[in-house]
Amino acid sequence: MSEDETPAVRIRDLGVDLGGAPVLHGVSLDVAPGELVGLLGANGSGKSTLLRAMVGVQSISAGSVHLFGRPVRERRIRARIGYVPQFSAESGSIPATARETVATGLLGPGRWFSRLRDPRVNSLLADVGLRDQAERPVTQMSGGQRQRVMIARALVRSPQLLVLDEPFSGVDVSTQESIAAIFRRLAQRGTTVVVVLHELGPLSEGIRRAVVLDRGRVVHDGPPEQRPLFDPGHDHSALPEDCLGQEIHP
Amino acid sequence: MTITPWQLLTSEIMRYPLIIAVLIGLTAPIVGTYLVQKRLSLLGDGLGHVALTGVAVGWLVGAWISASPQDLLAIPGALVASVVGAVVIEIVREVGHTSRDVALAILFYGGIAGGVVIIQLAGGGSQSLMGYLFGSLATVTSTDLVIAVVLAVIVMVVGIGLSRVLYTVTGDEEFARASGLPVRAMNILIAVIAALTVTLAMRIVGALMVSALMIVPVAAAQSVVVGFTRTMRTAMAIAVVCSLGGLVLTAYVDLPPGGVIVLLTIAFYVLGLVIRPVVQRLRGRGAAGTGGGAQEPDRHLSTHHRHL
Repeated sequence: MSEDETPAVRIRDLGVDLGGAPVLHGVSLDVAPGELVGLLGANGSGKSTLLRAMVGVQSISAGSVHLFGRPVRERRIRARIGYVPQFSAESGSIPATARETVATGLLGPGRWFSRLRDPRVNSLLADVGLRDQAERPVTQMSGGQRQRVMIARALVRSPQLLVLDEPFSGVDVSTQESIAAIFRRLAQRGTTVVVVLHELGPLSEGIRRAVVLDRGRVVHDGPPEQRPLFDPGHDHSALPEDCLGQEIHP
Repeated sequence: MTITPWQLLTSEIMRYPLIIAVLIGLTAPIVGTYLVQKRLSLLGDGLGHVALTGVAVGWLVGAWISASPQDLLAIPGALVASVVGAVVIEIVREVGHTSRDVALAILFYGGIAGGVVIIQLAGGGSQSLMGYLFGSLATVTSTDLVIAVVLAVIVMVVGIGLSRVLYTVTGDEEFARASGLPVRAMNILIAVIAALTVTLAMRIVGALMVSALMIVPVAAAQSVVVGFTRTMRTAMAIAVVCSLGGLVLTAYVDLPPGGVIVLLTIAFYVLGLVIRPVVQRLRGRGAAGTGGGAQEPDRHLSTHHRHL
């Protein structure tokens, strides 16, 4: 990234406390437009919290988050984000159809109306292989199909920044490969992609930058092959609270 | 002489209640769909109780200013109290110092207790609240009708006009926030239209049963249709049929309209449960016929589309 190029994501000295306990400490990160970045770390390392702070849904205790040069707290800037939350099943108790769910992706600041038959909705449903499932409730779909609906919802607004929290969780291996191919193509076309992962898995090819978190701190930021080893199944959130503030030396 | 249904529908005494019944049938399930989606089905009940305090305050103020009739300000009082209660509970829910069910419980008990105490201070008794608790056709006035029409128009314009945004906020709050939607304002808006609906419905259905007309038609609709929009529309149809049917029935049989209307909605719910397996079988057959069964996903993932 050149000096004068505005980064897609700029995070400076970010701190997040949850229930009085520090979860992120002094995290700084720049992501250039068109970059494909993997956020890695064990359970409880703070990667999902970092992602949520990045899209403005997590309140922060210190530091700043800017997207495309604007503070993320400005709602207008969020029109440029496509977000796939963790466990991406909608929490509402009335099962929406795939079409209804994808159509909500067209909404944003100042855009309070969307048509279910919008051509972009039909296109995205076809792109993720769910054209024939458009009227089916998302809750009745398999994990892989559901995840593809959520990815379609994030992509339908043609975002410049795509942010995904564990998009491969609950997805079969062949679908993982297909979804990974989508991310690679999007990055090639200039979309910035930040994805939280337990392991690189199907994105081993394509990700040239891995950011590894451990107990709320960035312990590696560089080529994925040089990252420190960690046990992805280990749960740091289960550690005693006084361990959280300790420095980690990879 | 037995009156015909047509004579009933066009009679002077039933005209206002019937119009209000249709408005309740149209509006209550709109709000109910969002409350069910938010898993806040009991909010309407809580607001009904708070509205009783408003009714009593209306009586009290009416007594002070020697209003005639004495309950002239009862419905406006219910409107103000339920809107304030709705906003307070939404703030309490968001701040999170108190859990949702505890906040609702406080609303329930505070509302009913405030109602009986204040009505006593106003020179009335608990009996004065009965018409508002269980609904009463005899007390519906032209003022009630005007208030009902205005409230119904507001609820329908907001509830249907902003349905996409409200659905997104109630279905996936985190995604809505990340999309830059005004989540807090929309949550308050839902609570406010719930309060308006409670006030609109309490004359006919009664504060204790208004919540049923919001929630039960939605539950019945969920048994037979899929999708948010279809659920809302079907629930509205069910609620209109039950409201009108209940009122007409009580013109022939001396029964309380609110109770009959709610029992009819429950009958629809039970009917929905009974026919659900048949509907699901038919839907499954239709889906199979159009190639809508589970697909092997990957061969369908596009490699050529402009988005991907």
